[in-house]
Amino acid sequence: MLVEQIAVFLENKSGRLAEITATLAYHGINIRALSVADTADFGILRLIVDNVESAKKVLKGAGFTVGITFVVAVEVADRSGGLSQVLMTIEKARINVEYMYAFVNKSGENAVLIFRFDDMDKAIAALRQDKFTILSGEQICAL
Amino acid sequence: MTTLYWEEEIETLPRVGLESIQLTRLKHLVARVYATVAPYRAKMDAAGVKPADIQRLTDLQKLPFTVKNDLRDNYPFGLFTVPMDQVVRVHASSGTTGKPTVVGYTKKDIKTWAGVMARALTCAGATSHDMIHNAYGYGLFTGGLGAHYGVERLGATVIPVSGGNTKRQITIMQDFRSSVLLATPSYALNLADAMAEMGVNPETLALRVGIFGAEPWSENMRAEVEKKLGIRAVDIYGLSEVIGPGVAMQCLETDRGMHIFEDHFLPEIIDPETGEVLPPGEKGELVFTTLTKEAFPLIRYRTKDISRLIHEKCACGRTMVRMEKVTGRTDDMLIIRGVNVFPSQVEHVLMGTEGVEPHYQIEVNREGNLDTMAVKVEVSEALFSDEVKTLENLTRKLQADIKDLLGVSCKVQLVEPRTIQRSEGKAQRVIDKRKL
Repeated sequence: MLVEQIAVFLENKSGRLAEITATLAYHGINIRALSVADTADFGILRLIVDNVESAKKVLKGAGFTVGITFVVAVEVADRSGGLSQVLMTIEKARINVEYMYAFVNKSGENAVLIFRFDDMDKAIAALRQDKFTILSGEQICAL
Repeated sequence: MTTLYWEEEIETLPRVGLESIQLTRLKHLVARVYATVAPYRAKMDAAGVKPADIQRLTDLQKLPFTVKNDLRDNYPFGLFTVPMDQVVRVHASSGTTGKPTVVGYTKKDIKTWAGVMARALTCAGATSHDMIHNAYGYGLFTGGLGAHYGVERLGATVIPVSGGNTKRQITIMQDFRSSVLLATPSYALNLADAMAEMGVNPETLALRVGIFGAEPWSENMRAEVEKKLGIRAVDIYGLSEVIGPGVAMQCLETDRGMHIFEDHFLPEIIDPETGEVLPPGEKGELVFTTLTKEAFPLIRYRTKDISRLIHEKCACGRTMVRMEKVTGRTDDMLIIRGVNVFPSQVEHVLMGTEGVEPHYQIEVNREGNLDTMAVKVEVSEALFSDEVKTLENLTRKLQADIKDLLGVSCKVQLVEPRTIQRSEGKAQRVIDKRKL
């Protein structure tokens, strides 16, 4: 139940992000969710897209360093406490969050939380046990 | 494996015999240069030395040095010892730091050069059966034509492909079954990258050995080239002032040093600061006296290359002294906050780190009164991570390793792939932006 995420290395210079989005747009690839981790010297763009293979290929072709990592997508009700409950489960299982980001789906009823944990298997087991909804890559694209 | 020699008798001559040949040639050279070249005569007179003072090989130390500026001051042909009607070819350096330096050859010089180059190729195991891919630049640069004539002398087939047009080079390698590659090491890596891009597996090529030179490169870079191209990488040394490629060559029996063809080129190692000849085995600036060249001989020419001489016997049976791989140049040397830094040291650290690509650039700046050094490293897929801390740990580790080796701190800057300019000849490793 893991979702493939594309990570792209970004040098700190103007126009790089625009170049990535233009490349994806040109090839008709839709971005479902994204986050940018930035430091003083470089950035890492993380993307959930509707066509991972093709996105990887076109970005590599455009000269970017691209990596694929697996993340967990958890669907929660879009209301106060939604994220908090997930994090309580994670904390209880003594798992660390490496990074996370979130988006609200079109209907506006649910939020999708994207996580990278230090122990992915353990995290999925803990989330399942507490009856959280874990989404697959196809489900995210279908939202 | 039996060792191949080009001229077995001279290459394996006992030292006593070799030194006797050197002395005879040296005496003859000094007398001829004194008689024919006014600038040499003036320098020797100023130093109070006459040709008759050269009685032993160590008397060489009485003679003044020749430096690059002497060549520039006598631009273009002032140091030639023969009339121009005997000069059949000239070559010239690029002249990036002023006027180019011009060198000339008589018919006999061209023959000598082809001979030492054929010796060098034989050191790398090449024979008349080889298809030799010569990617050194043709033109005023001595690399291309120097190697070319050596291959023809050897009787092998030369592909005069020169530098650049990388994809076509790879197609030629495939179709012509190139077995020996001659190139700068940075261009060899460029070829390897292009093969990967084109989906050409180096194992399907006939390449067996690469003869690399014309720029300093580290042992780790050697390992990288050998791995990426699946060949043995050996070192060649030469500089146009002395003759061009073929001054010294590594044999297949050792990874430690290159045999200097001492019957033609007499080496010394000096302290670059004081000019004193250093004791055997010590590291310093390499100095050459050409013993057989006619048109443009040199006496005690300071190469600015840093090396040491290895006097131990080599397994190949050659008695000629070896010079260690050149690790830097006195003028490549950066002084950063008072510390001497050679780009090859930085390269050594980078190439020793798993996943780091051999493309890097050092940028030196001055902020206020403080020198800063930034090392740009391309982020390959092998290095990249979606987690910030992994990349930050990598830069911290490289910074710490460089600090450990060089004693100077630097900032490692990760850059996107293929943003550091690729070499088609000699790689530009350093950008010094300090205004001193």
